Amino acid sequence: MTTTAAPLDVAALKADFPILARTVREGKRLVYLDSGATSQRPRQVLDFERQYVETANAAVHRGAHQLAEEATDLYEDAREKIANFVGAGVDEIVFTKNATESINLVAYAFGNAAFSDDPAARRFVLGPGDEIVVTEMEHHANLLPWQQLAQRTGATLKWFSVTEEGRLDLSELDDVITPRTKVVAFTHQSNVLGTVNPVSVLVAKAQSVGALTVLDACQSVPHGPVDFRALGVDFAAFSGHKMLGPSGIGVLYGRFELLNAMPPFITGGSMIEQVFMDRSTFAPPPQRFEAGVPNTSQAIGLGAAVDYLRLLGMDRVAAHEHELTGAALAGLQEIPGVRIVGPTENVDRGSAVSFVVEGVHAHDAGQVLDSLGIEVRVGHHCAWPLHRKLDAAATVRATFYVYNDLADVQALLDGVRETQRFFGVNA
Amino acid sequence: MQLQQMYQEIILDHYKNPHHRGLRDPYEAEVHHVNPTCGDEVTVRVHLEGEGADAKVVDVSYDGQGCSISQASTSVLTDLVIGRTVGDAFGTLDVFVELMQGRGKIEPDEDVLEDAVAFAGVAKYPARVKCALLGWMAFKDAVARVVDGDGA
Repeated sequence: MTTTAAPLDVAALKADFPILARTVREGKRLVYLDSGATSQRPRQVLDFERQYVETANAAVHRGAHQLAEEATDLYEDAREKIANFVGAGVDEIVFTKNATESINLVAYAFGNAAFSDDPAARRFVLGPGDEIVVTEMEHHANLLPWQQLAQRTGATLKWFSVTEEGRLDLSELDDVITPRTKVVAFTHQSNVLGTVNPVSVLVAKAQSVGALTVLDACQSVPHGPVDFRALGVDFAAFSGHKMLGPSGIGVLYGRFELLNAMPPFITGGSMIEQVFMDRSTFAPPPQRFEAGVPNTSQAIGLGAAVDYLRLLGMDRVAAHEHELTGAALAGLQEIPGVRIVGPTENVDRGSAVSFVVEGVHAHDAGQVLDSLGIEVRVGHHCAWPLHRKLDAAATVRATFYVYNDLADVQALLDGVRETQRFFGVNA
Repeated sequence: MQLQQMYQEIILDHYKNPHHRGLRDPYEAEVHHVNPTCGDEVTVRVHLEGEGADAKVVDVSYDGQGCSISQASTSVLTDLVIGRTVGDAFGTLDVFVELMQGRGKIEPDEDVLEDAVAFAGVAKYPARVKCALLGWMAFKDAVARVVDGDGA
């Protein structure tokens, strides 16, 4: 990753994040290395959300009064900002609760297509003989919806395996994606391994057999420039709370032509065109997929988070994280008895760095790190099959974001050494 | 330092040198429990003699993988319940569960809990309470299956 722009001024931007000023565990400096699970929020996001609630709060897309107008405008402004941020049209952005709901929306809409009387929906119908393809490195959120859809429809679930290094085994490309494949769902960047998958290869292969692609972009959109149209994916999902925004807001991107042909998932208020006692017709997208009063202030807050990230510059964000990841990979490899689970080479790789401290269970390692103020994730990170494959019951995962710096990386490395000392391994 | 309060020597000793580990015959029930948040798992077998609450816990054998807390607490469990009646064992279990759910505010009774008092510090860490209870809940489940008549 190269960039001509000046690097991020981390010291300055840290001041935007009030939580980073607190201490934990008896006065320790907070070293927050769990942004892959959820990121912290800058004042700008909190202020924007608060200002909306204090001045314009109303139910969007319903009332005709002034507050309703203002609230609806702010909500739709947020949609436009987000659309621009990820290279999408404004009608191609659906607000959901989180990325998990976004992916379920697609899977359930495909399932509902079998019961739709709209001929346009037939293209989504799955049945015995059809195949759904995922990968072994998926987060449960991009595995279970497809696993369950396969069970409901009789379709077959197939998957790409992961190499020892933590990359997709693309030697299987022609065996896994075949003319029977209807859906290919995969992660842009693994939440455990950090691996960035070759989207263009998978999209080209999927398109060649007429399969739809669904991209889990939870760990890519927050961390670098992403343009869904340029990537050529049909659907993509990401969550607000992993990109400096509020929790309770997620996004589904879908090519308009597809969204327009898709039946709804959740039905109810505001997603309708006409309603009779015995039947209804549905609004065009994105409203068709936004039944009920949405998480309005969260959507508006996510718009502010996008503003904040744009100001930082996503190229600079990516370059910054690349530097920290390189330092972490190099430092961890210098410690005997530490095994990195995922690519050790800082190429096609994001900032999730998972590892095992030999002789110390991840939970115990996390406890020592926590006692030092270093907050990491421990466990299987909602990717149990991947951990099973890589022969790790559980791993410690550090993830870096805009507000982390090299001092945080050093704290992690010192903490790992302290973990080994405490448990008497490699001492 | 709080860390030492949690990782008492007793816990680390049981972790490194677990008691009664390994799966043995005979047994009337075998259960497999997992902690879905971290993937820790334990298989517990119980061998009882007699009926109801007066039945004797002749053997508890187990195998599993997990953190020091979950492994050590299962080891401590076997020391506390083998040779006792089911009624006594469940009494101890209730006291241990109460201790673990007490957020570190309960003074443990060493006469009842013996080595298990070492887990008092763990109770201050809500995320780890499940670790400490993993083997105990599996034991409770296994015994219930024998008593209810649908073991292994």
